[in-house]
Amino acid sequence: MTIDTAANIVGRGNAEGAALFREWFDELDTTARNGGQAAYVFVMGSINEILKAFDLPVVFPEINSLQTAVRRVAHEYLEEAEDHGYSPDICGYVKADVAVQLRGGEHPMGRIPSPALSVLTNACNTYIKWAEIWERMYRTPMFTIDIPGTRQAGTQTWAGDSDFEADRTYVEVQLRELITLCEQVTGTKFDVDKFREVLGYANVMSRSWSRILELNRSTPSLFNALTDGTIFLGVANGFRGTAAGARYFERLVEEMEYKAANGIGTSIEEKYRLLFVGVPCYPIFRRFNELFTDWGGTFVNSTYLWFASGGTNRGFEYDLANPLSSLAEGLLVSVRQAMDAMFHQDEVLVDMVRDFSADGVIYHPIKSCRTVSTGLADGRRYLTEKHGIATLFIESDMMDRRVVSEAQMKNRIDAFFEGLGSRWRQAASQDKE
Amino acid sequence: MVYAAGVDVGSTQTKAVVVDEGLNIVGRSLIDTGANVIKAAESAYVAALEMGGIDEREVEFIVGTGYGRYRVTFGNTQVTEISCHGRGAAHLFPGTKTVLDMGGQDTKAIGVTADGEIRDFCMNDKCAAGTGRFLGAAAAALGLSLGELGPISLKAERPIKISTTCTVFAESEVLAWIGKGKKIEDILWGVHMSIASRSVALMRRVGIEDEVTFTGGVSRNVGMVKALEERLEKKLNVSEDCHYMGALGAALFAHDHVVAGRAPNRAGVTS
Repeated sequence: MTIDTAANIVGRGNAEGAALFREWFDELDTTARNGGQAAYVFVMGSINEILKAFDLPVVFPEINSLQTAVRRVAHEYLEEAEDHGYSPDICGYVKADVAVQLRGGEHPMGRIPSPALSVLTNACNTYIKWAEIWERMYRTPMFTIDIPGTRQAGTQTWAGDSDFEADRTYVEVQLRELITLCEQVTGTKFDVDKFREVLGYANVMSRSWSRILELNRSTPSLFNALTDGTIFLGVANGFRGTAAGARYFERLVEEMEYKAANGIGTSIEEKYRLLFVGVPCYPIFRRFNELFTDWGGTFVNSTYLWFASGGTNRGFEYDLANPLSSLAEGLLVSVRQAMDAMFHQDEVLVDMVRDFSADGVIYHPIKSCRTVSTGLADGRRYLTEKHGIATLFIESDMMDRRVVSEAQMKNRIDAFFEGLGSRWRQAASQDKE
Repeated sequence: MVYAAGVDVGSTQTKAVVVDEGLNIVGRSLIDTGANVIKAAESAYVAALEMGGIDEREVEFIVGTGYGRYRVTFGNTQVTEISCHGRGAAHLFPGTKTVLDMGGQDTKAIGVTADGEIRDFCMNDKCAAGTGRFLGAAAAALGLSLGELGPISLKAERPIKISTTCTVFAESEVLAWIGKGKKIEDILWGVHMSIASRSVALMRRVGIEDEVTFTGGVSRNVGMVKALEERLEKKLNVSEDCHYMGALGAALFAHDHVVAGRAPNRAGVTS
C-alpha cells in the first residue's frame, strides 16, 4: 500500500487527466483508421450514459475545436471553413469542426472518426444547426432531445411536482426513442444491466465532481478552476460512465482532500480569489491565466465548470432501480443547471462569492457564442449595482485569435486589480477607524 | 523642493507632467510617440523638466502609464491609464463621478469615487470605432488637420447622419457624402455625433453620474465637446489640462509614493 505524500499525490490529477485525454484521442484515431464511426455529442447533455451502454466511441466536436485553439492552429481551421463559405461571425467551434470534417477528420490530436449518429440537446441552439451539417455531409441520423428548462427565474420544479413529472415522462419517451435508434445504428440489443453499470460509474463521477468543486472553498484554493479545471472537465466529458472516469475522479477527490488537509494550494501565492463566468480564451489559454496570476489572482470556481460538465456539478445520482426514469430526471436537473449557468446565474454567483470568499468576478463574453454571452452584461450589472461585487468584463473569443487583443486585455485586467487593491486599502483604513 | 512625475505613453502621443509638493503642475510636455517608444518617453519627460526648470535629481518618483507604460524604462512603477485618468480628473475637478477618456485608439468610460478611486470602467471593443482614430480617418478623407475638425463641425446647418463608426469605412462614407454634394461642416457634425452616441452608450455601462469630466486628446476638440454635451444634455468638465490627465494622474500616484517615503534608486535620463 502506498502512503499518500505530497510527492506522489499532488499534481496527480493533472498528470492522469492528461494521460487519459491522450488515451481517448488515441482510441478515436484507431477507430477512424480502422474505418469505424463514433457518436457525436455535446458537453451540455452528452447522454454518454446511453451511448456507453452501446460501447459507442464518443466524439465531442466542441473539445476537438478548442484543442485546435490551445494548440495554436485554430486559425488554419477557421480560415478553411471561411474559405468554404462560413461567415467570420459564425461560432468558431462549428467552423473548426467543419474544417476537421473537410479534412477527412485530420486533427492535431489524431484522426477523428466520422459520425454514426449525433445526439444533442436543446441547451444550445447552435447544436441543432451544427448537427444538421453532419446530417447533410454524412447522411447519418441526428437525434435531438428536447429538455425543458427553467420557465421563469426562480420557478424550478423538482421530482414529485406534477409539472416536473410531466417533463420527466416527456424526456424519458425521447430516451426510449434514442435507445431504439442506437440499436438500429449499432445492431446491438440494449442491455439494461450494462446500462446500470454505466450509470453507477456516472454516479461516482457526479458525486466526486461536486465534492471537488466544494473543496475548492479552501484557502488557499486547491486548484485553478480555469486551467486545472479544464483538464478535469476533459475527463468528465470523455469518460463519463466509464470505470476509468470513475476511478480518476475518486483519485482526484483523494488528491484534493489531501491538499486541503495539508494547506497545499496552487503554484502561485494566492492574493485574490476570483470567479470566472463564460468560456475560456483558448487562443492564449496560458497567457490569459497568467494575466491574473501575475497579480496573485486565481480562479476558485467558474460557470464553465458547471455548464461544460453538462450541469453534473449538481452531483445528481441516478437511481439504479429505475435507470431510464432516473436518467430522465438527471438530464432534466443537470441540463437545466447548465442552461441556468448561462441565463439565471445572478443569485448563484452572489452565493458563490460568499461561499468561496471571492474578491471579484471576471466575465468573459465571446464573439463566437451568443448563447453563453448574451446575459452577461445584465448579470454583471446586477452583481455590481445590487451587491457591490467587483467585476471585470473582458470581450474576446474562445477560438478566434483575430479578435483577441492581449494588450487591451492586459490593460483592463491591470486596472481591475488596481481597483481591487484600492478597495482593500479603503476597507483596511475603515477598519482602523 | 521635491517633485514627482508621470509619463503617459499613448498610442499616438506621449505626455509628461511634473508636480511639486503642493500637487501643482510645474512642468508638462506633449510629443508624438512615433516608432521609438522608449525615446518618446524620455524626450517627453526631459521636456517637462525643462519647462519647469527642474533638475532631474529633484524628482523623487516617476510613474509610467498608457499602453507604453512598461517602456518608461527610467520610471519606478506603472499604473494603468484607467486609474490615472480617474485620479487626475478627480484632482482637477473634485466633483467628478464619471470620466470619459477619448484617445487615439480607445475610448474609456470610468466611474470614480470622490477620492478618484475607480468604481467601474468600460472600454470600446477591440476595433477603433468611436475613438480619435475615427476622427483622424475623417480628417484624412477631407484633407483637413485634426485641429480644424471641431471648429468646422460647429458651423453645421443641416447635419447628416453617419451610419458607420468603423474607422476603415469612415473615409469611404465621408467621400460618399461629399459626392452627394453635402457640405463638409454638415458631414463633420455627423461624424462627431456618431462618435458621441457611441461614447455615451459606453458611459451608460458604468452609469453616468454628475459631474462628467472629458479627458484625453480628443477633449481638445470643441466639436466633440459640444456633441457630447448635446447627447448627455449636460455640461462637461473640460480644461486644457485634460489632454494631460493620464500623465497628471500618474504624477499624483508618484507623489503618493514620495509621501509614503518610497523613493528607490533609478537610472537618470539627463545625466
